[in-house]
Amino acid sequence: MIVAELKLYDEIKSYLEGCSSVLVAGCGSCTSICHSGGLRETESVASWLRSDTGMKVRSIIIERQCDNEFVAEIEHVLSGVDAVLSLGCGAGVQMIAEMYQGIRVYPGLNTKFVGTTHDRGIFIERCRSCGNCKLGSTAGICPLTRCAKGLQNGPCGGSENGMCETGDGRECAWCLIIERMKAQGRLDELYRFTEPVIWSGQVPGRYNWGIGVK
Amino acid sequence: MNGMLTLRDKLEAGMFAVTGELGPPRGCDGDVVRKKAGMLRGVVDAVNITDNQTAIVRMSSIAASVICMQEGVEPVMQMTVRDRNRIALQSDLLGGAALGIRNVLCLSGDHQSFGDQPGARGVNDIDSIQLVYTANRMCNGKKILHSEEQLVSAPDLFIGAACNPFAEPKEFRPMRLKKKIDAGARFIQTQCIYDVHAFREFMKKIVDMGLHKKSYILAGVMPLKSAGMADYLNAKVPGVVVPQPIIERIKGVPKDRAAAEGIEICCEIIDELKNIDGVNGIHIMAIEWEHRVREIVERAKLKV
Ligand code: SF4
Ligand code: SF4
Repeated sequence: MIVAELKLYDEIKSYLEGCSSVLVAGCGSCTSICHSGGLRETESVASWLRSDTGMKVRSIIIERQCDNEFVAEIEHVLSGVDAVLSLGCGAGVQMIAEMYQGIRVYPGLNTKFVGTTHDRGIFIERCRSCGNCKLGSTAGICPLTRCAKGLQNGPCGGSENGMCETGDGRECAWCLIIERMKAQGRLDELYRFTEPVIWSGQVPGRYNWGIGVK
Repeated sequence: MNGMLTLRDKLEAGMFAVTGELGPPRGCDGDVVRKKAGMLRGVVDAVNITDNQTAIVRMSSIAASVICMQEGVEPVMQMTVRDRNRIALQSDLLGGAALGIRNVLCLSGDHQSFGDQPGARGVNDIDSIQLVYTANRMCNGKKILHSEEQLVSAPDLFIGAACNPFAEPKEFRPMRLKKKIDAGARFIQTQCIYDVHAFREFMKKIVDMGLHKKSYILAGVMPLKSAGMADYLNAKVPGVVVPQPIIERIKGVPKDRAAAEGIEICCEIIDELKNIDGVNGIHIMAIEWEHRVREIVERAKLKV
């Protein structure tokens, strides 16, 4: 899922200065699951704004903000609205802005990463969308995402007790990879040289025209 | 420098080599580099010029390397993959060679969170082994990455890499060194060694694998200035281990004698390292202590 965090209230409020009618749009998909743009968050942001600013504030949950068919469904609530505050990820914000080009759309969230749910409320980054997934060669642990230096040919000289040299409490991704490859009897595969990544997913604009099958 | 012999000449002739280290300043005063270079001239065979070490912004390694050459000191240009993508790295390999730089050391670099720009986006477009591969492809294959076209004028750099025999996971370290050597590293400088016993064990594996025949290995040392520095290295510097007896030895002398004791310990370590099978030289890391390197080289009888 895409993991995002709610912006600080002051930043949100500063975007909406001068508006008289605002629609707060949550998303029923990723940002609901990561508790940043679901029903509860959407209603509480709407009620803060209402009580704090006196604006006319309505709220709605779009089932999936990144999907034009679902975003089309909000047209009926947009009349008279000056601005939409989206509690979707960056893709959701852009979908709304593209479909209703006459209306200002502001992000209410900071989109963080592609990740997984661990304990309830704990989300962990797992993929940087490099564009050429090679997880098969590292036992399902992504070094581009989880190694602080994105190393592709084994650990740097700084790992200690299984932890990363950054000392920020993260595990050394390469220690995990080596352990799991060893358990699978595949350590020798890591002795092979890995060529430079083709970062097609990290070239801005690369997928502007889209990918997919008609 | 020994007459006209370069670091590569010496190593290839089977002679024992000594390298030092010089940290460029946090400013644009070339005299700082000149002064440090002067302290190392004639003392060591070549000097590593660090590349924004500990992720703190400093004068570039390429510029400080050129200043060193002007002072008659052969530089080893360090290059980390932290701050430059494959285009910039290759361009600087060409540019460095055009300026007369002969040696390059390919590194991952300290993580940017350690330095003065923690919000910087680390580039890490390629990793350190891939940089070795890229440099080797350029120098020996005469090709730029992802291109089959032959370079009209390819550099002839002496390509090096680093190795930390003490970092975890230990079992993987010899293999990682082999990967670097297979990718094209012709010389290796190790992380600083305080635990000679552990290093000797490591070198046994390296010799068994025949890696000492494919690359020249320079054992790293770093003189301790004080007991506090030993504690700091243990606690804060990733991948460096100072054994307890050494810490106790340096704690056992009065504060004003600690530095001398540190040098004494360093010389004793060098003495042991010199005689380990597969070791072709010593790399002395004494940043901000460049003026004491001569003493170490003389006392440890590392004749250059
Ligand atoms: S290899 Fe690329 S696509 Fe696969 S998990 Fe890592 S970043 Fe994501
Ligand atoms: S310690 Fe491990 S995770 Fe951290 S940068 Fe080094 S190899 Fe990557």
